[in-house]
Amino acid sequence: MVRKDFTFIIIYVKEIAISISNLKKSYGKVIALKGISFDVYKGEIFALLGPNGAGKTTTLRILSGLTKPTSGEIFILGENLKERELFVKTQIGLVPQHVNLDLELTVEENLIIHGLLFKLSYSEIKRRITELLELASLTDRRKTRVKELSGGLKRRLLIIRALLHSPKILLLDEPTAGLDPHIRRKLWSFIKQIQAQGTTILLTTHYMEEAEILANRVAFIFAGNIVAIDTPTNFIKSLGQVALDIFINGEMFTRYYPTREEAERALSEFNKNYTAVTLRKVSLEDVFMKYTSERLS
Amino acid sequence: MKGFWATYLRELLLLRKRFLRVLLSMSINPILFILAFGIGLGRELYLEGRPYLEFLIPGLISASSMLQAFAINVEINVARFYLKVHEEFQSAPISVVSFALGEIFAGITKAFLSTFIILFITLLLDKLSLKINFLFFIVVFLNAFIFASLGLASAMAIRAHSDQTLITNFIITPMMFLGGTFFPTNNLPNYIQPLVEILPLTLVSNTLRDLSWEKPLSISNLLWLILLSIFSFLLALFTIKKAKD
Repeated sequence: MVRKDFTFIIIYVKEIAISISNLKKSYGKVIALKGISFDVYKGEIFALLGPNGAGKTTTLRILSGLTKPTSGEIFILGENLKERELFVKTQIGLVPQHVNLDLELTVEENLIIHGLLFKLSYSEIKRRITELLELASLTDRRKTRVKELSGGLKRRLLIIRALLHSPKILLLDEPTAGLDPHIRRKLWSFIKQIQAQGTTILLTTHYMEEAEILANRVAFIFAGNIVAIDTPTNFIKSLGQVALDIFINGEMFTRYYPTREEAERALSEFNKNYTAVTLRKVSLEDVFMKYTSERLS
Repeated sequence: MKGFWATYLRELLLLRKRFLRVLLSMSINPILFILAFGIGLGRELYLEGRPYLEFLIPGLISASSMLQAFAINVEINVARFYLKVHEEFQSAPISVVSFALGEIFAGITKAFLSTFIILFITLLLDKLSLKINFLFFIVVFLNAFIFASLGLASAMAIRAHSDQTLITNFIITPMMFLGGTFFPTNNLPNYIQPLVEILPLTLVSNTLRDLSWEKPLSISNLLWLILLSIFSFLLALFTIKKAKD
């Protein structure tokens, strides 16, 4: 009797939207990027997390064609950035850290100029403006001069301007820097909405909470190097569930434990030789501190 | 083409927002020069058998169109260093040529605006017999093209906004006073004349004066202006490419 065993193996191959390998950038003697490599998958939100001067903005500037890399390879949706720069630019929407809008012009005028820069027809520009103003709840501000908008509205305008030409990839450089917590949360849901429409998002931030809430995957970048890449959940799991901050003689020590019980047991071993103590959930900030302090040491 | 139009449209929209202010500020200098030099100082003065005002007006047009065309550097600097709007253009899929032409044509538009202001003032002054023809405007166009290109090149070449004043002080202002605007360049000492004669503004002033005095057009001057236009445009393209970083 012939026995037939069939095994079906289903392999999900994630499509790569951005592929960066050994990217280096120097400004004279200053080395901003020391050969970073990572992939961003289609449809995900990928966060580059790092302190100021880590190389986050430089990476985004290179991807958007604003800065030339010193060396390294970049592929955007399978196309080599160096060889097909103009085409690649049509696939990318850039939201810079600073508000680089024409303050004297109206919301609509700023968007029209962007549409023309990205070679859309007038009818397409008008249609997209109407759609996107609605998405960003800015419809009633169409004829308002940009200088009259609040900081949060200017940020939203920056994002929809980057989306006007329907890019497949959105680059967000510190999208919520300097905004109050309410507006920041509104922007987060706006960014999630954009992801839900199929756009791949690469964002930089130094807000750990932002990366934890928004990103599917996070890369820690420190002094021009990628230190680690994983999902926020995996990163947090790798440390434990509970963090114990203990203040002794003016210094703070943090320890990580898999359960609250174990943390409490460990605390009892200190015999109250501490000035203060905090028991809390492990966050991405703990992971970041761990990786960066390892590098510093 | 859309890249050119987007760049040019942005400048036109900004110009529209400030039109009255721009028009007034463009009028101040020519009015003052006409009043001070043309009427105050030169009322009884004749040069080459013509009233001094007839000498001054073509020179003023060349100087004023030069200044307005070159002044695009200020707008570009603000867009580049302060508003950072320039990055929006750098990250767009447009060619360097279309961006450069958009900015240069914005400078040409302003240069023509200042030319028309002076021509309008001229109309108000009686007893002037200046002839303005199509070739006159072609020369104004070339002048504006050269200086808008140089304005763009200087705006892209500098590293900080404050450097721009140096270029204006050391190149544009001396050219305005020595480039045949206010007096014939052959009045200058012999050792300076060859240097002054090759300045683009001298060529433009002399050519515009010849045309408005119904003298034949100097083909060699025109060719030089075309060559200078090509050279300054290439310089602008080079600096834009280099400014990426």
